[in-house]
Amino acid sequence: MFPTPVQHRSTFVQWRYAIAVPAVLFIWLLPLIGVALTSLKPAGDLAAGNYFGWPSHLAFGNYATVFQNSPIGQYILNSFKVTIPTVVGALALSLLAGFALAVYDFRSRLLIFFLFVAGNFVPFQILMVPVRELTLKLGMYDTIGGLIAFHVAFQTGFCTLFMRNFIKAMPFELIESARVEGVSEFRIFWHIVLPLMRPAIAALAVLVFTFVWNDYFWGLVLAQGSHALPVTVGLYSLNGQWVAVWNLISAASLIAALPPVIMFFLMQRHFIAGLTFGATKG
Amino acid sequence: MNSNAPLGAAEQPLPSSRTAVNDRRSAISPVSGWWKKNQRKLAPWAFLAPGCIMFAVYVIAPIFQSIWISFYDWDGIGAKTWIGLGNYAELFDDDVFYTALRNNFLWLALYFLALPAGLFLAIFLNQTILGIRIYKSLFFFPFVISQVVVGLMFSWFYAPDFGLLYRLILAVTGGEVAILADERYVTYGIIAAGLWPQIAYCMILYLAALNNVSKEQIEAGRLDGAKGWRMLWHIVLPQLMPATFIAVVVTIIGALRSFDLVSIMTKGGPYGASTVLSYFMYEQALSEYGFRMGYGAAIAVILFLIMMAFISGFVWRMMRDEKAGG
Repeated sequence: MFPTPVQHRSTFVQWRYAIAVPAVLFIWLLPLIGVALTSLKPAGDLAAGNYFGWPSHLAFGNYATVFQNSPIGQYILNSFKVTIPTVVGALALSLLAGFALAVYDFRSRLLIFFLFVAGNFVPFQILMVPVRELTLKLGMYDTIGGLIAFHVAFQTGFCTLFMRNFIKAMPFELIESARVEGVSEFRIFWHIVLPLMRPAIAALAVLVFTFVWNDYFWGLVLAQGSHALPVTVGLYSLNGQWVAVWNLISAASLIAALPPVIMFFLMQRHFIAGLTFGATKG
Repeated sequence: MNSNAPLGAAEQPLPSSRTAVNDRRSAISPVSGWWKKNQRKLAPWAFLAPGCIMFAVYVIAPIFQSIWISFYDWDGIGAKTWIGLGNYAELFDDDVFYTALRNNFLWLALYFLALPAGLFLAIFLNQTILGIRIYKSLFFFPFVISQVVVGLMFSWFYAPDFGLLYRLILAVTGGEVAILADERYVTYGIIAAGLWPQIAYCMILYLAALNNVSKEQIEAGRLDGAKGWRMLWHIVLPQLMPATFIAVVVTIIGALRSFDLVSIMTKGGPYGASTVLSYFMYEQALSEYGFRMGYGAAIAVILFLIMMAFISGFVWRMMRDEKAGG
């Protein structure tokens, strides 16, 4: 193991390490801790210049105020309405496409695969004008559906790359022997491959959830009304509205950040497995 | 694998010969026979169609449409006027373009600090003490939250008068620095905010890779008296190459995609000092400053070309591995 396990070092080093980790963590998360503390401060504290001290009392009411005085509840609902169908749609499309690219031998498969890979990395700005036009033409501008359609398409690129490599790593004999038995291709997909894909599906579900929930750009480009705006864009407009009401802005920020954080803690193993896929083997 | 039971119960008659797949053809009625015969050829296209259509319509085609639009003068509503390379000529005369370009390269250069910083954090945390898993996930936190929230947090951190960093600088140097309002520091301030989640990402990549470093080689290195830096440089780092490669790719993409933080923290200001190509493009095409779709598209094309210069290297390497691996 690298570095040398701290257990093999002197007691002094062990103690030093045990103190250093939380200390570094504290500095690392300082901006977050500042925001969390601020979100719990009564308005009077900020007016009196108590920016970094402990709150004079814990004003959990800030959180209620955010919900009462702003459409943040609606924004959060919008984000869920966009994110959940996107996860389902992108996973379904990429499972099918990844299966096709991994299992069959046809001439253009590498080309198609690399289009998915490369398309994934393009800057959003090169897509912006045409995607906005298309969404307007389809009558989906400023709707939840318009956001879902784009996100599904875009995330399918990333997910297909992942799914294809995951299926490629499966033992191919399973599929071959089923074919010899005369099992139809769709049944092979459904009954043999899909059940083995569970870890990949979990990893991608939580990743896509986080990516789409945290999207800001497309919310900005494809929506404008509070009936469709995702929470990221909504939060930014609140920031303009509540100039310097930092305790409320902080509370709203933390509310907006919560769903992906909860997802992460529930599905940590899968989340990290997804992010680091390909990073550990040569 | 519980759903495997119906496998044997396929409704088709079993082929007479179990080994030669092609023998199946003979025994089957004409209609389903045609499907059976061509199944292996057609199935991949049936599986690919939905994903390919969506991806082509929303990702591949728009790239070419944008290139096309960049040759027009167009406000997004009225008629398009062909002006050839007019937008590009204007762009190369535009001072803001050069500011944005310079900032983009500053982002790229400084974003690479995420690699050593992430590696350092990963090595620091690669221990098995009580509660280390919770520590690791808390360190990873910045990556999970939206850049909008990160941007707001750092704006608050930098804010004049009460910002924590502002006060710290005041206490240490006696000078007052409003980072986001100062043309000299603003881009660095935003990049620092962007590095926060990016370092977390690189850290996770390296933590995963450190897990897989060969114990035998480490032990052999120890027997040879290697430790510390020498061990890291000669024995550990070479084994971290796949992780480093992915870290480089995500760092380049992250740096060139930087939009959210610029938009949230400064809107490209003060006086356009912190703008980057992605934000400049958005501003030209879709904000109160105008609906110059053609001009915006031209900016996007330049950004795309810069990105492709890097990405094609990445895809080329993947293709090589793919061919080598069969």
